[in-house]
Amino acid sequence: MNWETVIGLEVHVQLATKTKIFSAASTRFGAEPNTQACAIDLAMPGTLPVLNEQAVHYAVMFGLAIDAEIGQTSVFERKNYFYPDLPKGYQTTQLEKPIVGRGAVAIQLADGSTKSIRIHHAHLEEDAGKSIHEGELPHGSSGVDLNRAGTPLIEIVSEPDMRSIEEAVAFAKKLHSIVTSIGICDGEMSQGSMRFDVNVSVRPMGTTKLGTRTETKNLNSFKFMEEAIEKEVERQIDVIEDGGTIRQETRLYNGDTKVAKAMRSKEEANDYRYFPCPDLLPVIVSDETIEALRRALPELPDARQERFVEQYALSTYDAGVLSSDASTASFFETVATNCGNPKLAANWIMGELSAALNNAGLGFADSPVSADQLAGMVARIADNSISGKMAKQVFEAMWQGEGNADEIIDAKGLKQVSDSGALEKIVTDVLDANPAMVEDFVNSDENKRKKKLGGFMGQIMKASKGQANPQQVNQILLQKLNELL
Amino acid sequence: MIIKREEIEKLATLSRISIDEKTITDVTERLSSVLDLVDQLKTANTDSVQGISRPFQVSQRLRADEVTESNHRDKFQAIAPATDNGLFTVPKMID
Repeated sequence: MNWETVIGLEVHVQLATKTKIFSAASTRFGAEPNTQACAIDLAMPGTLPVLNEQAVHYAVMFGLAIDAEIGQTSVFERKNYFYPDLPKGYQTTQLEKPIVGRGAVAIQLADGSTKSIRIHHAHLEEDAGKSIHEGELPHGSSGVDLNRAGTPLIEIVSEPDMRSIEEAVAFAKKLHSIVTSIGICDGEMSQGSMRFDVNVSVRPMGTTKLGTRTETKNLNSFKFMEEAIEKEVERQIDVIEDGGTIRQETRLYNGDTKVAKAMRSKEEANDYRYFPCPDLLPVIVSDETIEALRRALPELPDARQERFVEQYALSTYDAGVLSSDASTASFFETVATNCGNPKLAANWIMGELSAALNNAGLGFADSPVSADQLAGMVARIADNSISGKMAKQVFEAMWQGEGNADEIIDAKGLKQVSDSGALEKIVTDVLDANPAMVEDFVNSDENKRKKKLGGFMGQIMKASKGQANPQQVNQILLQKLNELL
Repeated sequence: MIIKREEIEKLATLSRISIDEKTITDVTERLSSVLDLVDQLKTANTDSVQGISRPFQVSQRLRADEVTESNHRDKFQAIAPATDNGLFTVPKMID
């Protein structure tokens, strides 16, 4: 039987505020444990929450970016459960009246088609602290770091509109692109800035009734999400085809060990006894505030992609990659503008630089080669001062911190020889020194000659210490050889 | 009685409240009478009244996004039952 996969996502996005959602403690990542957890975050008796205006604005900005209804009156509720990293014994969140209502996100698929994924709603809530089970801890104990407790989040809940892993990943990446483009989230996946809960079910192809779904929680990379969905779809199909039934359950996927398992039912206790939080009044967002935020909304990824195609004559694909997040886009624009050759800039950013950053686990914002430096190098390729091959050496040296392109080109003597007189001399010298090769070339038939050119090129490049302009050499060489025919 | 004893037991578990055999009957009866009162209130005609979730028509005050809290970890940890290397420690949560 053919099976159809149905996927819905719940995405937790950490908002890029300076302080917590309900306290004025810092949200900076990487601080010593519990040094950024104040009395409110620790749920000390007598403390009361005071809502962060920036968190409200960021949530509204997300709503505007996906063209959603904005909940002008939204209400916080308490979601009650016990866990050591949740000092209050409840999470302050929104349920009945979220700040962002229905909206939609368009995704682009590999075949060039687009699909609209409906957003059910997005709500504001606080993050929990972090439980630590490994490392140097007293025997039989777990540690709790409450620095993250109270970090503002929006949870974005999609409708079950995705039908394949490809669509789910495209949707997740699109959300990442939107929230980083409008600057409400730093997008640092490795620091937990975006986390995905994936709801998956399967049903016989052609039927409309939804199958029983499972939820795999807390996936913090696109790759883990892809793997978790793939495994879960396989598991569900196996269970059903073996005559079993799918149990509605919460599952965990360990991206390091690649093992997925169901949480114990005791851990589930899905009875959260929500009720409106008496400590917080309804949040009102005025028309004026909404309009002001709408006017100030930064360029969205789709608009930026279109602009890149028009302004820099990039392909839709290249424009899509380079416009996907704000830091990549601004890096590209700086390089393209400063070097004057957008296509070449795009190739270097998407090729060499992306690969190097990936290997080093860095983002564009932390690139050891700055946009200005890369522009300086691309400009030298564009004006034929250096070849693509030399550029790789220059790039490597810039990456190692050896300076700007021009300094490195000088220091390493990498200047490409484009002077036609000098090149002609090298070519002639090589031809004179290799009469046998020349004779062989002349006596070969046309198809074989092409291949034999490579031999001459090698000798010439060697003679010029790799500094001859390959395009020009090729031209001169062809001309000289053709004269002999 | 509109609330069942098992429901009280479940609620007690979820709320981490221990209720012994003797008091559970009493708690069940008292909570039932609260719910009876709610049922009684439900019979009142409210067609002409608009629903509100709070008695005052005021909205939440918002705070500027500026860090004003500093590190008081030592003070907080001095009154914590158990700490280790800056972490609060609790009985092991997972196997």
